[in-house]
Amino acid sequence: MANRLRGLIIPVISVLLGLIAGAIIMLISDYDPIAGYAALWDGIFGEIFYIGETVRQATPYIFAGLAVAFAFRTGLFNIGVEGQLIVGWLAAVWVGISFEDLPKFIHLPLAVLAAAAAGALWAFVPGFLKAKFRVHEVIVSIMMNYVALHTTNYLIRNVLAEEGDSTEKIFPSASLRSEMFEQITDYSRMHWGILIAFVAAFIMWFLLEKTSKGYELRSVGFNHHASQYAGMNVNNNIILSMVISGAFAGLGGAMEGLGTFEYASLKSAFTGVGFDGIAVALLGANSALGVVLAAFLFGGLKMGALNMPNADVPNELVDIVIALIIFFVASSYMIQWVYRRFKKGVK
Amino acid sequence: MKKRKFGLAMSLVLAAGTMLGACGKSDEKDTSNGGGGGDAEKDNFTVAMVTDIGGVDDKSFNQSAWEGLVEYGKKNNLEKGNKGYDYLQSKSDADYSTNLNRLAREDYDLIYGIGYLLAEPVKEIADQRKETKFAIVDSVVEGDNVASITFKEHQGSFLTGVVAGLTTKTNKIGFVGGMDSELINKFEVGFVAGVKSVNPDAKVDIEYAGSFGDAAKGKAIAGKMYNSGADIIYHASGGTGNGVFAEAKELKAKDPNKEIWVIGVDKDQHQEGFVKDLNKSVTLTSMVKRVDLAVADVAQRAKDGKFPGGEVIEYGLEENGVSIAPTQDNVSEEALKAVEEWTGKIKSGEVTVPATRDELKSFK
Repeated sequence: MANRLRGLIIPVISVLLGLIAGAIIMLISDYDPIAGYAALWDGIFGEIFYIGETVRQATPYIFAGLAVAFAFRTGLFNIGVEGQLIVGWLAAVWVGISFEDLPKFIHLPLAVLAAAAAGALWAFVPGFLKAKFRVHEVIVSIMMNYVALHTTNYLIRNVLAEEGDSTEKIFPSASLRSEMFEQITDYSRMHWGILIAFVAAFIMWFLLEKTSKGYELRSVGFNHHASQYAGMNVNNNIILSMVISGAFAGLGGAMEGLGTFEYASLKSAFTGVGFDGIAVALLGANSALGVVLAAFLFGGLKMGALNMPNADVPNELVDIVIALIIFFVASSYMIQWVYRRFKKGVK
Repeated sequence: MKKRKFGLAMSLVLAAGTMLGACGKSDEKDTSNGGGGGDAEKDNFTVAMVTDIGGVDDKSFNQSAWEGLVEYGKKNNLEKGNKGYDYLQSKSDADYSTNLNRLAREDYDLIYGIGYLLAEPVKEIADQRKETKFAIVDSVVEGDNVASITFKEHQGSFLTGVVAGLTTKTNKIGFVGGMDSELINKFEVGFVAGVKSVNPDAKVDIEYAGSFGDAAKGKAIAGKMYNSGADIIYHASGGTGNGVFAEAKELKAKDPNKEIWVIGVDKDQHQEGFVKDLNKSVTLTSMVKRVDLAVADVAQRAKDGKFPGGEVIEYGLEENGVSIAPTQDNVSEEALKAVEEWTGKIKSGEVTVPATRDELKSFK
């Protein structure tokens, strides 16, 4: 119990410290921190529309966070989530615009699965190279990000959009959008993806904690020599965990392609969702529940930030706050040290 | 001992917190006072814009649009804020819809989406909010409550092409585009047509950086082009173009006798190409696109009850929407004369500048 509590305490303290440090920076640069944070709050909870948008923003973050966290738990650093997400996005949209007359209960799952498969395939490459040739997955997956960005741009421009800048909208039968959510949240783009995200989080938890395969994956992460000695197939497990991680990332892309945008357009830069996923996983302590909570925090901060210029505070400040939160989580040792001192002091 | 130190730190934090709280409160009072003065009238025609990810201070497109809004505001005695004119910045593609929606809920009368990336979001939100007026810059969106503002960039680029064709000594000219997209193709095609019209022997080397924000890549491409003998590069690539300027300035500083030029885009980029030591700019000229003029114009029309909803307004040479830069120190007499001549031909309709690669093929 005490351990669990401590797992929760460090992220919470980090968030608070991040916010306080952000306030100090606002004061130094002559902005009003209270008005700034009030605007941030309003931008997240002010109206039902904003709440819907926050959920919408958090959905891909959950997947990106799960992808990174899953790899982390199995001893791999999947920094290629961004690329896997982009190919997943394209694959989902591709299926979404290709079949006109499919019933929804076939079309939508097909598009979602295509995204997962594309992401998995993209992650298979670094996993395979790591397993077979011990090439470091960080390097390969970074490279794969660029390959993904430019390949998808090429495909959109030359195959899907005929010289245009974005694809057609997907057919409604492949869309995750829901009129019900739209009505409840006053036309926000909140969509069914959030439920898929919860399911995915549950799957990750169940897979890692409750199955023997998950146990194997984790043990390979801890020490692959020992695992090999114990009779596990290390190479297969490395590939498998990259593939699962990539599938989560690809699903994140489906959320964007089938829910938020309903099309894929040329990208001049990365979406950033995949990279934010690293931070989400870190803040969520690589656990399924933690990732979901952290994703909502990030989604909220990003959404609320858009409202901050209303208080004449530049929204870049939220980026600083987020960076500071990550900094405090990463230097959790410091917080732990203080915490322990504090505890001793109480005694 | 350590315990005491910790206590001290704790009390410091608390003290700081209290002070911060106090400061915050007094500041808040100030702003509420300031806000109170603003809501004098209610019948203002309020306008707002959503930037793309470049942000409102990008020294280019978005900034120009914002300047247009500010000008409209000043002319009509409006204040910045939701009783007058305002902007929201987008940090990712996902933010466009949210921002547009946000402004629509704040009851702005006219809302601009700046840049072709906002076309889909504008369409979506305009369908949902029929009572609000929208305008999109650089793209076309159908709908009775949307005005589409486009520019004839190919015409402006044609003129810079004329200048380049008459200025080049090596007969090799470079073009650096941002994204290989419909819009930037207009720049490319117009430019090539301009060059070929006055100098059929000149070759134009075309490259796309794949990004509007990758200065390092722009620099690398420029280096390669200058190395292979090109002496003029026209960039239509936003922030990527900063790299083109950097490379040209570096080469020029190393060898002041080398004749190399950059042609700027969107606004007069004379300053961007300025080499301090030589007191000279490597900017030959620029293709100026008056986004500010167009934005202010549409806002004024809408205020006067003549909102061009459902229409596509094209700003070309005729409307002074595009032109070559007013700074003409580096352009030869001959080239200026040719520009004037071609301007006349385009305006009179004698020459139709191609806007797509297909049209270029059949151009002459």
